[in-house]
Amino acid sequence: MSIFLEKRAQSSRLLSALAPLLAIILALLMGAIIIALSGTNPWEAYREMFVGAFGSGYALSETMVKTIPLILCSLGVGIAFRATLWNIGAEGQLYMGAFAAGGIALAFPQGQGWWLIPLMVLASLVGGALWGLIPGLLKAKLNVNEIITSLLLNYVAILWFQYWIYGPWKDPLGYGFPYTAPFGEGAWLPTLAGTRIHLGLAFAVLAALFLYFLLKSTRVGYEIRIIGENPQAARYAGMNIPGAILLVFAISGGLAGLAGMGEISGVIHRLQPAISPGFGYTAIIIAWLARFNPWLTIAVSFLFGGLLVGGYSLRAFGLSDSLVLILQGLILFLLLGGDILTRYRLRWKGGRA
Amino acid sequence: MTWDVVLATLAAAIKAGTPILYATLGEILAERTGILNLGLEGMMLIGALTGFLICSMTNNPWLGVLAAIISGGLLALIHAFLTITLRAQQVVSGLALTMFGMGLSGFIGKVVIGVPIAGYFRPFDFPFLSQIPFLGEVFFQQDALVYISYLLIPILSFWIYRTRPGLHMRAVGENPATADAMGISVAGIRYLYTFLGGCLAGLGGAYLSLAYTPVWLENMVAGRGWIAIALVIFASWDPFKALLGSYLFGLVDAVQFRAQALGLAVPSFFLNMTPYVATILVLVFATRETARRHLGAPAALGIPFAREEKT
Repeated sequence: MSIFLEKRAQSSRLLSALAPLLAIILALLMGAIIIALSGTNPWEAYREMFVGAFGSGYALSETMVKTIPLILCSLGVGIAFRATLWNIGAEGQLYMGAFAAGGIALAFPQGQGWWLIPLMVLASLVGGALWGLIPGLLKAKLNVNEIITSLLLNYVAILWFQYWIYGPWKDPLGYGFPYTAPFGEGAWLPTLAGTRIHLGLAFAVLAALFLYFLLKSTRVGYEIRIIGENPQAARYAGMNIPGAILLVFAISGGLAGLAGMGEISGVIHRLQPAISPGFGYTAIIIAWLARFNPWLTIAVSFLFGGLLVGGYSLRAFGLSDSLVLILQGLILFLLLGGDILTRYRLRWKGGRA
Repeated sequence: MTWDVVLATLAAAIKAGTPILYATLGEILAERTGILNLGLEGMMLIGALTGFLICSMTNNPWLGVLAAIISGGLLALIHAFLTITLRAQQVVSGLALTMFGMGLSGFIGKVVIGVPIAGYFRPFDFPFLSQIPFLGEVFFQQDALVYISYLLIPILSFWIYRTRPGLHMRAVGENPATADAMGISVAGIRYLYTFLGGCLAGLGGAYLSLAYTPVWLENMVAGRGWIAIALVIFASWDPFKALLGSYLFGLVDAVQFRAQALGLAVPSFFLNMTPYVATILVLVFATRETARRHLGAPAALGIPFAREEKT
């Protein structure tokens, strides 16, 4: 007996709309089995996660806090996908953005000027973009596989970031803890009254708008789409492919860098060794789930923000929040499988094929 | 620096290179048939954890290794099903595998973090060969898994280049349509080598937790899976060159580690960066080389094969 695929005459509209939802539900069911095997009641664990993520005003606001960097990173990963480029380095670009913005904040501890926040935003965009341009340049000029380089640079970026915190930038009044001095309040992003939701949310929405218009109504955006959909045609049309690759990586890295700025300026208010629970990696799934659509990205990011926040409540059960990573991996697997099944039918054939 | 230190560093380089070597060999097998599996990191983590758990339960490191091999292979089968049967995007499936492996190993491994085990692989002098001056000290005062890797290289090389199944394997990776027309089962061969590749990645992971460290730590593979993926390109899909590349990285690792012990003035953060930076440099170099010598990837790497969609 063997399994084979039969092409559907028409890809199923209903299925392709339902596939992501089904993927998430199935992933949760599989996750439930894993939780049950570890000796915990999965229903209770999920309820705890859900309540922790969406169950109260506070929970919702915390989920929104995590949604902000997810949107920015996912938009960046998504625009790279549009040009069939893989930016697996959003995590490192986020850290480099935070490094650049943090350097500015620490340089002006008394900074009270209106210019401080814009300067930090600019620094984070540049920091992330430059870091993103390394795999971009290697890809554009030497055709080096950007998946591997962008991923390996994550390790380098985080070590670089930590060097400054354990070394030159360590808070002399910090009792030897690996923190920098707290930023002056002039370097804090304003927050929504009573919550930790910060102005980064506006940045994220603006970024989505920016990408939407870039892709839809500019020449460059058009080129990026063509390069992604039909590189052959793009080459024949004489498009500047290396230039587009560089631009995409600069935008992608810059957005991730901005996410890093939001975290340190809007939430943490200083630098510490870890500032991201893997936003840059989660962004890959979100971008894929949202089919690289800027608006869907915002919605899906909120869902995954909830997953992250809910994961923290698992600790109360003595469960590791690694469960969140398991669920993310499962969702991605199922989504991939589901994607195919919207275009093909699975057939079983008896006997020899 | 004395001669002894040089020899000890070289011996340490072999040890540090061995887990990467196993993973690289595994990826070579899969990629030779056209399947790119970016899930090495996840399979190595699961291998490291499974090996460690089984060894601590049975006190038998060989059972641990066996379990690691099986678990790595099983994970690879998920990738195989998605990419071969369902013809899914190989890059995304591999990334999902990495996330899943990281999450699952972190989730299950929480209980055994830092727990010591008794029965791990210890180095022993290989009879006779360890007496050879220089070479003996570097290559033949290692543990059993290192000796097995020495054997594996010529076997795999012979298999790939000199046997009929090896020919079929390369045919599937270079031109699946022709292989199919010759009556070779493209899907079957891809499944087989993706599975075997996962087995070797699991073994590489187990080397870390049963011989190299030997302890379980969350995310203890620390990017070695990605380094191995880069090394496949450096090695231009050849087992002997994979050996060279892996030991080169072992050397970077060993020197870096020793520099820290010797209190070199460079901060440890920068030393820790060296394997990753070196990998990127090697990749840049290898990409140029492979392009120049036309020794590129298997032609069908990353492309799903479907009989009815032949053009």
